[in-house]
Amino acid sequence: MSAIEIRGLNLYYGKFQALINVNMAVEAKRITALIGSSGCGKSTLLRCINRMNDLIEDVRTEGSVKVDGAEIYKVRPDFVKLRKKVGMVFQRPNPFPLSVYENVAFGPRIHHMARGSELDGIVEASLKDVLLWDDLKDKLKRSALGLSLEQRQRLCIARLIAVRSEVLLMDEPCSALDPMATLKIEELMQRLKKDYTIIIVTHNMQQAARVSEDTGFMLLGELVEFGRTEEIFTKPRDKRTEDYITGRFG
Amino acid sequence: MTNLTVNLKEKIGFGALFLATMAVVVPVLCIIWLIVTRGWSAISWEFLFTMPRDGMRAGGIFPAIVGTFYLVLGSVAFSLPVGVMAAIYLNEYAKDNFLTRMINLAIINLSGVSSVVYGLFGLSLFVVFFRFGVSIISGSLTLGIMTLPVIITTTREALRAVPKPFREVSFSLGTTRWQTIRHAVLPFALPGILTGAILSIGRAAGETAPILFTVAAFYLPNLPNSPFDQAMALPYHLYIISTQIPNIRLDYRYGTALVLVGFVLIMNISAIVVRSKFRKKRW
Repeated sequence: MSAIEIRGLNLYYGKFQALINVNMAVEAKRITALIGSSGCGKSTLLRCINRMNDLIEDVRTEGSVKVDGAEIYKVRPDFVKLRKKVGMVFQRPNPFPLSVYENVAFGPRIHHMARGSELDGIVEASLKDVLLWDDLKDKLKRSALGLSLEQRQRLCIARLIAVRSEVLLMDEPCSALDPMATLKIEELMQRLKKDYTIIIVTHNMQQAARVSEDTGFMLLGELVEFGRTEEIFTKPRDKRTEDYITGRFG
Repeated sequence: MTNLTVNLKEKIGFGALFLATMAVVVPVLCIIWLIVTRGWSAISWEFLFTMPRDGMRAGGIFPAIVGTFYLVLGSVAFSLPVGVMAAIYLNEYAKDNFLTRMINLAIINLSGVSSVVYGLFGLSLFVVFFRFGVSIISGSLTLGIMTLPVIITTTREALRAVPKPFREVSFSLGTTRWQTIRHAVLPFALPGILTGAILSIGRAAGETAPILFTVAAFYLPNLPNSPFDQAMALPYHLYIISTQIPNIRLDYRYGTALVLVGFVLIMNISAIVVRSKFRKKRW
């Protein structure tokens, strides 16, 4: 069974159709990249998977998205359960202006998952998972705003791990970072994929080629082609994919 | 045009702007200077903490200070929760529709209503209709309604200033709308909300007209015992001793004004301190 299965997904912002009949099956514990020029709908597609689009007024969705076989576009969706399971990393590293500890503890606290030493344990384990623990174990009370951009982005990932997300949606997570920091985050993604299903939206084709097992190419709201990354980049089946990855547009 | 005339124009322009700024600052400084120099000699332990004597020509202004303290406390106890809740509703829940726009318009207009109208409103609603009588509770509620627009407006500004990603991140972690407001918005808006509350305290303390018909007493021999008692209050006391009582020492009037202005000033300065602290740890 696929971790995420999207069938006949259409999405409208008012009268504008941003996603056109998208079908996609994402496999668990792999990294899937979505590429395409800006405005093609890749971020919109990503935000369908944790229903973040619902925060925007005047959005209408048709079709089906299943996470672990459970339909998320039903009449009474359980947003809390869905978004705990499907976490999101944003373009700009955006920790709260709180301490490192409080940032990681934010989710577990609200969901009453733990407190006291148990909460300490969650924070420690989450920071270890993103390789921040050794650097920050003595600075847990310091403001997260004092961290480097790369550390902040790691912290944001730790914040998701702390609520036991299973799927990580990453919306251009490296676009605010320099090349070295980008590489470090990519290494982290490789490390995390044994436990998490990762979908990354990127405008950077090299990044998609470097990190992902599967790639989807989107154009004007359509998922033009979806398949193994090396196939997309070496022998694309669709002329438009070929034009994009060879740099003829985009 | 030569460089010289451009520079000259620039200088004249800046000069005009500077003068306009001074036109704001100078009167404030003059008022403070006047009140302090003429009123300072009246300030004493007896003046601040004893009852008035000799038809309010001697003794202290303690009951007026206590009355103003109660009124301020009562008005904030009403307007802070109601105002913050209204602001949360308007900013976080209400859709932008006709009703919301009407409510916004009403709030703007409410802050423009003259304070004596609030006094009459309080008289007819709280004193007469609700039968609270002329009492601290009537006065507090009247002042509370008068300061509501200040609290609503500053709270909304504070909520708006919380960056949108905070909400997004919080939602993306599976929180409900209220949990997001409670944990990812309100804590970061708190300094701004406090600023509004403190400003409204200053305003409530200084107003005369709203308490004129709703609570203020000319003279009371005892301190109020319950919220349904009348009370003396600083601004009204100042008005009385300045207009109704002949042969009163000048420094008694200015001393009373000094206590009132000093209180409002301290409130406003603490609002500025709170706000600047807030700015320092800006995200």
